[in-house]
Amino acid sequence: MSAGDANRDVDRSPVANANVCVVGAGPAGALVADRLAADHDVVVLDAGPRFDPADRLARQERAIRPSSDRPDVWDVGGERDAHANSGEWFYPLNHARVKGVGGSTLHWQGMVMRLHEDDFNSETERGVGPDWPIDYADLRPYYAEAEKELGVAGASDNPYAPPREEPHPMPAFEPSYSDSLFAEACEELGIDMHSVPNARNSEAYDDRSACVGYGTCQPVCPAGAKYDATVHVDRAEERGATVIDRAPVQRLEHDADRVTAAVYATPDGEEHRQTADAFVVACGGVETPRLLLLSESDRYPDGLANSSGTVGKFFMDHLFAGVGGTLDEPTRQNHVGFYTSACDQFYDEADESVGPFKLEFFNYAGPSPVEQALTGDDWGDDLLARLRDGYGTHVAMGGLVEQLPRADSYVGLDPDRTDDRGNPVPEIHWNVGDRALRTIERANEVQRAVLEALGAEIEWVAGPDATGPAYHHMGTTRMSADPDAGVVDADCRTHDLDNCWIASSSVFPTSGAMNPTLTIAALALRVADDVRERL
Amino acid sequence: MELTRRDAVAALAAVGATGGVAVAARRSSDGDGRDDAEGTVGEGDPDGEGDAIPDEATVRAAMTAIATVVYPSEVDGVEEFVDGFLDGRLDGSARATELRAAVGDLDEAAHSWYDAPVAELSEADRDGLLREVGADTADENPDGTLAERVRYHVVNELLLALYASPTGGELVGLENPQGHPGGTESYRRGPR
Repeated sequence: MSAGDANRDVDRSPVANANVCVVGAGPAGALVADRLAADHDVVVLDAGPRFDPADRLARQERAIRPSSDRPDVWDVGGERDAHANSGEWFYPLNHARVKGVGGSTLHWQGMVMRLHEDDFNSETERGVGPDWPIDYADLRPYYAEAEKELGVAGASDNPYAPPREEPHPMPAFEPSYSDSLFAEACEELGIDMHSVPNARNSEAYDDRSACVGYGTCQPVCPAGAKYDATVHVDRAEERGATVIDRAPVQRLEHDADRVTAAVYATPDGEEHRQTADAFVVACGGVETPRLLLLSESDRYPDGLANSSGTVGKFFMDHLFAGVGGTLDEPTRQNHVGFYTSACDQFYDEADESVGPFKLEFFNYAGPSPVEQALTGDDWGDDLLARLRDGYGTHVAMGGLVEQLPRADSYVGLDPDRTDDRGNPVPEIHWNVGDRALRTIERANEVQRAVLEALGAEIEWVAGPDATGPAYHHMGTTRMSADPDAGVVDADCRTHDLDNCWIASSSVFPTSGAMNPTLTIAALALRVADDVRERL
Repeated sequence: MELTRRDAVAALAAVGATGGVAVAARRSSDGDGRDDAEGTVGEGDPDGEGDAIPDEATVRAAMTAIATVVYPSEVDGVEEFVDGFLDGRLDGSARATELRAAVGDLDEAAHSWYDAPVAELSEADRDGLLREVGADTADENPDGTLAERVRYHVVNELLLALYASPTGGELVGLENPQGHPGGTESYRRGPR
């Protein structure tokens, strides 16, 4: 696999007189770079490679074949990505990220909901967690812009969604056959179903094709119909930005109130200094705090931009809640890799005791026959009989619940282990708290009721004892108007350093229960505006 | 159910011709420090098996013969399907060389134990050969033991081709199987 371009003669030298240095070529960094590249000299540094689009079918094969684990699909792992776990809850970090141009949007599911209004005012409205220093109204125009940038297929049929000003850029995907089965059960229970916004083309959009139904959205879309951040990286380069891959930033050099250079390593073992007028750190919820902690100095002995002591603190993820089973009739699963209906009806019932949660009606319940075919000790007629027996009648509901920020949930540096460059690896110390577990139980109650109304024989429950993270890293450089309580201000600019912004879910003070990428994108577009204004 | 050359093309559309892509499995160490390098494509024979790389005709004949064992009896047109699929997979890449080497080693085992190449064995002996090399219980691994390589490059290669194709999917009741770009209509249709 052409991981990176070790055999190509690539110039990875710094860009002279750069205005903006963006660290990280995921969706946040790509959007910032794209927005600023036309009018400013922008350089983007990414730790991982520039993946060859021609390899996507081969990566899809990795996703299907049992000999490859999920991190293998996008070459995650090894000493570069070493990490430690020390919390009450194990966190599978390398299943949860991709390093490289495009970042984790290369393997994401592509669900793009807006946070609800109350999510920005959790303390006021729900009695727990801090309020954000911005409101939904502040982000609302940027949400609309983000939906256009990513290309969102959706409909305005969700009575529980926050207010919006115009239709989605593309029509929603039609409901699935199994959605129609769920609809009868939900109607009986008084539960509303509605469409769900997908960052996946329901029709040709932005020079990318409509979805062709490969069914492997997560972790790879060979068609490019699912948005990934290479879209904006490519566009930023067309507008003049310089993107340097395989260039992990080792530390941010600084004086008392400004970042002066990003020191990055290159595959030849050299280190370089990229200077710029402004720096935007966009490395996600784990590597962003890590980079700040690695950039400690006499001036900032506890880590750069960490006068508040909150860098790395309040690590959050969404937790999965689900129930699945079988019917005595065909359910037509696994034709596509995304879901088409959801339920946000219970989201705003959240209070101090039970958090917000959203519900999903799966189109991919039960095993994939292709993957099943590659395991087991049978073949021929016996294998076909097993596949027929295993496929056809599964149904499942999933959902995400909010985890509150907690002081005992954090990302730190492991003092005992270093990565391939000799830097301490991230230590994930993840704890979720009882409210999240109660919320899972509540979500399970609704899910179980729906499946029972459907007449399903319930076969599994992902409850508080069998949950896991949704791979949404949030909270580790939180936003706060108070310099003593957060790392960045309401503009996502660090309180300590005048020319340093953070564009990432790491700035989320609370997580809500909606997939975070649309909010990441909206915040990134807002950061771009602020950087432009201040340059 | 008839497999066609169109199914073979569809299977290739799902998994691709190998091209120059060294897609060899690289089970992740998940950052625990174990070796996580790319698969050792083309670096020879971890099992110390034979070195002979069979010619393309031998590979095609052996793969077709094995397909008749690992495919269900209700499919027809196996030879044309396998041939079409191999048109894309035997492309001179390092991975194609690995596939050929695995077939060569299986053929060598057939000669040793049955005094004939795979393609000339009875169906029962082909089935027996696969089980005797351990391909039934082995986990696939493109650069592992003989059993693991046969499982990866021969058995699972053929099964992936079949069950990622529309006809293979329909055998199970799923006309747009994972890996096949079969559009966004079928998920909306009810059972027929």
